[in-house]
Amino acid sequence: MTAATKGTPLDTAAIRAQFPILAREVHGHPLVYLDNAATTQKPQAVIDALTGYYSTMNANIHRGLHTLAEEATAAYEHVRKQVAEFIGASSHREVVFTRNTTESLNLLAYTLGARLKPGDEIVLTAAEHHSNLVPWQLVTQRTGAVLRFIELNDDQQIDVDTARAAINANTRIVSIVHMSNVLGSIAPVAEIAEMARAVGATMIVDAAQSAPHIPVDVGELGADYLAFSAHKMLGPTGVGVLWGRQELLADLDPFLGGGEMISVVTREESSWAALPHKFEAGTPNIADVIAFGAALDFLNEIGMDAIAAHDAELTEYAVDRLSRLEGLDIYGPADPAERSAVIAFNYRDIHSHDVATILDRSGVAIRAGHHCAQPLMRTLGVPATARASFYLYNERSEIDALVDGLLEAGERFGFER
Amino acid sequence: MTSNRESQNPIDLDDLYRDVILDHYRSPRNRGARDDATISAEGFNPSCGDEIQLSVAILDGTVNGLGFGGSGCSISQSSASMMTEAMTGRSLESAREMSKHVQQMLTDDTFDLDAVDLGDLEALSGVAKFPVRIKCGLLAWKVLDQALANASGESVSDDSDIPTRVTSG
Repeated sequence: MTAATKGTPLDTAAIRAQFPILAREVHGHPLVYLDNAATTQKPQAVIDALTGYYSTMNANIHRGLHTLAEEATAAYEHVRKQVAEFIGASSHREVVFTRNTTESLNLLAYTLGARLKPGDEIVLTAAEHHSNLVPWQLVTQRTGAVLRFIELNDDQQIDVDTARAAINANTRIVSIVHMSNVLGSIAPVAEIAEMARAVGATMIVDAAQSAPHIPVDVGELGADYLAFSAHKMLGPTGVGVLWGRQELLADLDPFLGGGEMISVVTREESSWAALPHKFEAGTPNIADVIAFGAALDFLNEIGMDAIAAHDAELTEYAVDRLSRLEGLDIYGPADPAERSAVIAFNYRDIHSHDVATILDRSGVAIRAGHHCAQPLMRTLGVPATARASFYLYNERSEIDALVDGLLEAGERFGFER
Repeated sequence: MTSNRESQNPIDLDDLYRDVILDHYRSPRNRGARDDATISAEGFNPSCGDEIQLSVAILDGTVNGLGFGGSGCSISQSSASMMTEAMTGRSLESAREMSKHVQQMLTDDTFDLDAVDLGDLEALSGVAKFPVRIKCGLLAWKVLDQALANASGESVSDDSDIPTRVTSG
């Protein structure tokens, strides 16, 4: 992958060669991994960074005075700068490492939620993952604040009009999913952020699905806070990011107390460390953060524009092939251009668990169930869906394998090809 | 590990999707609540959303009939359908004993099918070879356990993986 390949369709053969797991077989078939919205596979560079850290520089960070601690601290803090650059943050001090998107959102719900009064409104969307719903439900129980929801339009998308109907003078927090993990649709975050700002509300973006697939720039989005996870973008599990505008983070109380996050501690009280350490109590996930740096290098080398173009092309191909199958319903926007890398569907009234089990026997890994979005399932009027989700190493032939597997599932349940 | 086990004992989709199971899935028996139900119970599988509602008519210690409702995959729904047929006419004691055996069969792929006569329910024996589908098969039986225990004046300790509760009776 040279700079010359940026912006062109990806050389998936070269990319695939760097992911050792893609060489394995499942039930005697080549692995076709289409569950990337759940987690992505890891390139050798990320695996090497992880073992390399433990093999050569393992030490606790920020307090050791020896060489290993210095090297580990520098490597860890370097990734913070990489993350800041990746999302267009104005300072590395705006980047807090957490365990995952869920913890980032809980940090915000806990700290921002403490300021709410009865009658204050928190605006979410009908398409939230439970991670951006349940923390806010807990806030309403503690404070008497109420939840309001931006509904889906007729094309099963969040749009500016449905957002306008939910945001008003009582709105204190708007926290929305950027790219739906079920519908694949991209919400008009910048426009919604503008509405939030107009009423003085805080704008939070759940970028767990978008950060891996499309260029994300916190300035362009107009966000106050943004959350995402390393493991959905080639990085290891156990690392989440919370980005927040510096003046806002500085004004927040700590979430977790303990070592690393303090400045001066007496028996009675403590003062807090400077950003971002105020929010990183205890020994962080040093190894996985460092390995996440290798994942960001990998993504940057290919380029997020090229990845987005690749995902869009695969999505268009998949929507085209799937929609030709009799009895197949796709959820989300009808126009492939309005969605990215995630396709939820049901096929011929065969329950998605049966579809997933049958596909698995052909080596095709998809997700089935409610996708941690039970309220959205109810809105769509289905108990569950199958979901295929793509990433930079997927190829058209894998969509073909998915379609073949679906036809086989249909046959098993008594439908002719 | 799986591949080793599989190479010695190949696991085929036919083990899971037996004709009997697909038949019950396409043409469920005793679908719907019973007017003469003496006890009703329900349960669901939080990890996947499968749900079963069960109404049971019990007279003089005998299960006179069962009706079921709910939604879910072929395994959860056919398991419930087969159960309604197999339990009809049994004493409470016999039904509870049978439920125990079926749950053993569903969870243990070395279960000895010759040891107990489970009739058509033996079609569910392949489920044990598909660990992620075991809970699908178990759901209806956990709901039955809840209903029958209640009918016997006992309480069932809630299985947190598959929550069940008595809804009337």
